[in-house]
Amino acid sequence: MTGLNRPVPATILVVALLALTAYGVTHFPRSIVVFMLFQASILLLYFARMPGWLKGLITAGTLGVLMPVLGSINAYYLEIAVQVGIFVALALGLNIVVGLAGLLDLGYVAFFAVGAYSWAIFGSPHANAIFGGGAFPLAGWWFFVFLLVGVGVAAGAGILLGLPVLRLHGDYLAIVTLGFGEVIRVLANNLDKPINITNGPKGITPIVRPPIFFDPLLRAIGIEASPNVVYPLYLYFLVLVIVGVTVLVNRRLEDSHVGRAWEAIREDETAAQAMGVPLVRMKLLAFACGASFAGAVGVLFSAKQVFINPESFTFMESIGVLAMIILGGMGSIPGAILGATVVTVLNLQVLKGLSLWLNELRNAGVEIFGYSLANLPTQLEPAKYERMVFGLILVLMMIFRPQGILPARRRRREIEESR
Amino acid sequence: MDFELLIGIFPQVLLDGIILGFMYALIALGYTMVYGVLEFINFAHSEIFIVGAFVGVEILLALKGAGLLEGLPWMVVLLLILTAGMVVSGALAVVVERVAYRPLRNAPRLIPLISAIGVSFFLQDAIRLFESLWNNAFNLVYPTMDALNHRFEITETIDIPMKSLVVIVAALLMLWALHTIVGRTKIGKAIRAVAEDQAAASLMGINVNRMISLTFLIGGAMGGAAGVLFGIQYGLINPYTGFIPGLKAFTAAVLGGIGNIPGAMLGGLVLGLLEAFAASYLSLLTGGAFGAEYKDIFAFSVLILILIFRPKGLLGEVVRERA
Repeated sequence: MTGLNRPVPATILVVALLALTAYGVTHFPRSIVVFMLFQASILLLYFARMPGWLKGLITAGTLGVLMPVLGSINAYYLEIAVQVGIFVALALGLNIVVGLAGLLDLGYVAFFAVGAYSWAIFGSPHANAIFGGGAFPLAGWWFFVFLLVGVGVAAGAGILLGLPVLRLHGDYLAIVTLGFGEVIRVLANNLDKPINITNGPKGITPIVRPPIFFDPLLRAIGIEASPNVVYPLYLYFLVLVIVGVTVLVNRRLEDSHVGRAWEAIREDETAAQAMGVPLVRMKLLAFACGASFAGAVGVLFSAKQVFINPESFTFMESIGVLAMIILGGMGSIPGAILGATVVTVLNLQVLKGLSLWLNELRNAGVEIFGYSLANLPTQLEPAKYERMVFGLILVLMMIFRPQGILPARRRRREIEESR
Repeated sequence: MDFELLIGIFPQVLLDGIILGFMYALIALGYTMVYGVLEFINFAHSEIFIVGAFVGVEILLALKGAGLLEGLPWMVVLLLILTAGMVVSGALAVVVERVAYRPLRNAPRLIPLISAIGVSFFLQDAIRLFESLWNNAFNLVYPTMDALNHRFEITETIDIPMKSLVVIVAALLMLWALHTIVGRTKIGKAIRAVAEDQAAASLMGINVNRMISLTFLIGGAMGGAAGVLFGIQYGLINPYTGFIPGLKAFTAAVLGGIGNIPGAMLGGLVLGLLEAFAASYLSLLTGGAFGAEYKDIFAFSVLILILIFRPKGLLGEVVRERA
């Protein structure tokens, strides 16, 4: 890795790797391994030492140009990128609550659900069932308004939860937030009566998507693209913008007055209070801030999926997001991004890939050591073992590297001291 | 409102509540004992509990396959699966403590909790993996035994199935045994000493690590027994079944005062009764608007209210704060 420490060879190396792997993807569009190599070279870009503006430029080029091009070759990769983006934004939101303020929130997905349902209800004909008449669904451009509504509603839910429970400490708080997450899921599952608000387990569909407002512009430059091609790209850039905003807000928060107050609370509540940090207000703020990100992402998620039901908002999702920030490093922004990417790619690509591979072997009837794989139990599907992945990540990280892969500086010191 | 109906179902609901309550009490013991000693929520206890249920079903299926299920006296079968469930769950709890918790004993407080959540998730899918390879199915049904399905009629509308009696008797026996071990024996004294003050206990010549392992063994064994009884009573199990009962048992432990063994029993019974009554009466009282589905919300609301207004629980063990 010595080459990465000097700017010129580092730049050349990284650009060459990016180009090579991207070229590889164009030639082997179906190979999961090649696409993962491409993702790995993006990670290398982060580690390479080069001037900030150059790094920014290459990152922008990779995410803004290279990725969409690869996505037009294999649309599945764009889907993965969108999913990764959604989880990055979620992880960054949870990072505020758990990483900065040190409040373990095990029901984070509840706020995600609140955001998702707020657009799902009003952005689909379902709202007519509640209010009567035929005014719904709202027009597509309301989506952008609802991004803010989602922020507001989720922040409200955060405060609602925070007010009674913030007197609790550590593990009690964790259990109560877990209970809150379950309550929201049970409500989503059962509020189809007496008034049908969530349509129960059947879920809500079709949900309106944001309009392609730049369509006239495209026509003006003479591009006649079908929505099937434009839409995934559009969603991708929308996610990119949201992730960008999230990262920016996180970075500003981290070094702000508020961010420092949060970290003080995390380190020592009593000392923080003695220094004049208003505990309750700051904790509430942390809950509301973290929740508001989840709310906005939820709105985006429901528009992307067109269909949502309570199954998307289980306890497992909360733990998945937690595993992401733990893997990356609590309180660390690059860590949260890395963790979200790795975990999502593991779930979407590695486990699913293993499932497909195993199925092929099974169908081909390959024999290993005299055991025909055709006899493998059909219930054995690696794609279903997400929990095992999350569990292993949590346990192994806690034992061997509790500060995460890319730890925040202050957090690292704290953990080293306590050893 | 049909008042007679409300009165009429009362005994049946009471019985359901008591059975559920004993189940919660048995599971809650595992949480409360570990919390008493280490001040940490053993999140993986719900999976240790369901492992017991799986051990039971595997043995029953094997016996059925060998054609022995109806041949052996039901008492022998019952004793066999209870013992096996207790041994496996207890051993698993000890292993989990050794691998995932002991290295973290001096870490900041949230770290072992996160590790425990990880163990819980890992075990869920590990059970699924095992059952998928072994049976090619992970939703398993307890084979029925005629002797256990026998119903004792009390009045025309109320009857008690044999299996419910078994659950109640077994739970009572186990709670009594635990109470004796912890309260009357030397080992129990050592465990209590470790819970009180680890450093002082080790100065008195108590092997702290061994006592902690023993705590996990006893708690795990209780959980395993509860798992087997759960399977006998409710029949259908899968690797994820344990999670919600585990959470409620934790609620029960907090309700009774966490770290307090009689408290866990009381809390379990109270929660079981509350839940049974909520499940049956909620829909009747609200004219069907809110049904039994809300019983989970009910349990969690109880937890939140208790933590806010009486964090020490009903029997008020003092919860010490560790930095």
